[in-house]
Amino acid sequence: MLLTTLILGAVLGGTYALLALGLTLQYGIARIMNLAYGELTLIAAFVLVWAFQGLGLSPIISILLLAPAGYLVGWALYTVMMGPLVRRAGGSGRLEVDSILATFGLLFLIQGVLLLTAGPNFTSISYLDRGVSVFGVSVAANKLVAFGICVVAGGALVVALARTRWGLTLRAVALSPVSAPLVGIDVNRTMRQGFALGTALAAVAGGTLAMYQTFSATGGVVFTMKALVIVIMGGVGNVGGALAAGLALGLVETFVATAIDPGLTLAATFAIFLIVLLWRPQGLFRRR
Amino acid sequence: MRKTLSLALPLAALVLLAAAPLVASAYQLGLLLGMATYVTLASAWALFSGHTRYISLATVAFYGTGAYTVAVLNESLPYPVVLAVAGVIGAGLALVVGLSTLRLAGIYFVIFSFGLSELIRELITWYEVNVTGTLGRYIFLDITARGIYWQMLALGAFTIGLTAWIHRRRLGLALRVIGDDETVAAHSGIHLARVKLIVFVLASTIITLAGAIASPRWVYVEPSIVFNPTVSFLTVIMALLGGANRLWGPALGAVPLFLVFEWLSSDFPDTYPIILGLLFIAVVFVLPNGVLAGIERLRQRRKA
Repeated sequence: MLLTTLILGAVLGGTYALLALGLTLQYGIARIMNLAYGELTLIAAFVLVWAFQGLGLSPIISILLLAPAGYLVGWALYTVMMGPLVRRAGGSGRLEVDSILATFGLLFLIQGVLLLTAGPNFTSISYLDRGVSVFGVSVAANKLVAFGICVVAGGALVVALARTRWGLTLRAVALSPVSAPLVGIDVNRTMRQGFALGTALAAVAGGTLAMYQTFSATGGVVFTMKALVIVIMGGVGNVGGALAAGLALGLVETFVATAIDPGLTLAATFAIFLIVLLWRPQGLFRRR
Repeated sequence: MRKTLSLALPLAALVLLAAAPLVASAYQLGLLLGMATYVTLASAWALFSGHTRYISLATVAFYGTGAYTVAVLNESLPYPVVLAVAGVIGAGLALVVGLSTLRLAGIYFVIFSFGLSELIRELITWYEVNVTGTLGRYIFLDITARGIYWQMLALGAFTIGLTAWIHRRRLGLALRVIGDDETVAAHSGIHLARVKLIVFVLASTIITLAGAIASPRWVYVEPSIVFNPTVSFLTVIMALLGGANRLWGPALGAVPLFLVFEWLSSDFPDTYPIILGLLFIAVVFVLPNGVLAGIERLRQRRKA
């Protein structure tokens, strides 16, 4: 029983960690608080379902295609919508308010399009729906595949951010957008990359989610909320913190769903959020 | 002269609006009530968010809480007591939210308010399904549409009056300084968290009362009906369009936008949220400070 909760929680936590990783890149590097993040995730989830049902495309191939598509969408969104706001704010605190408002509008726009095209009902696919024994616990194969994708995508990104020159550039802008140009970094380009990369992660996370969970066009707010809470828990801009906090939230949520009631998972998220706010608002893993 | 005019004009308008139901048809009364509701919501929202720039996305969390309180208590308590209880619950909820987030940077407040209505909806649904065993309640109150309209009109007038009064007090000055620069505000001796908390609780209580007053119109109440996120969305866009940091800005945005939304939602029910989203983004891009500020800027340019 406990082992089941642990394994299922880790699977869910993998997707959450990936979701939060994308959001922390967008907020940490591009300084955009993206409230439409969950809706972007849902677009990817719906695309995967349509590709599977309509074209018979394997979800794994879909996710491989969704990642670059998400990057392009994020790139375009930043160029058309966020860039002008960044320029208008000119480094002042106004960007935060403007980006919150603009993405709040985007949230309704995307939700409206999804409701129009997909309707309000819950959707899911049955892919690799047979059980596989893991430490004596029967887990659906699709969940294991999804978890594997999350580990590979998340792990690759963590290594790239820590080890490559490109990762160093991204981290420099996250740390100080004012001093980054002094060492020859094109801040605007890096911010756009950070935003696009975050959207790509949202797309991959949405794809893995669609492999094993039911979802509906109106559920985006909850995903954004969970990703935001994980980001705060891990400390804004802290990639390792986001991964650990994402796993932790997946575990807590699965525990609450199995031991208490599946209708209280958002309440569990909020409870964690409250504890973090009152105890360590700078994030659980940040050094003071 | 200007001062008496700025008091006499609104009072005359209030008297006219209060007399309107005597000649209005049922449909027109419904429109008037909707306008009064959104003027109240947008003005109360702007009371806190307009100057501090702390964007609250939780309007419907309070509005729905007010409506649901009436739904639960309307058969066991007299109506004025139910309203008072709704106000107290709204204030208590705002205290919890404010105490846990307003000491920190604005972003924590935004995030908390973003998920708040979903959370309350989930909690009430869980409670109703597991404890009381009935999802959905009826409101049978002996209140006419006219009565609801007059109450809402009074609440709206009170909200605008309160905003005007606060703006002339030290509290209003403190709010404006916080909105301009929190560091400066802290250095000039303003107790940041306390000022923000007082105004947030006031605004949230008004919004909760608005939900409680409007609730008899529904008759049948269910969490998914009263916690409709569109309400939060409309409130923010109305206040922004008019100008959230002006006294009459929210009212100026609420009246025309309410009529536009009425028309859109009846004639284009499917594409309505899409148009709404586009409109919202357009307002943020084109009129970030509202119509009133835009007009002033145009005038100044013409003078120069």
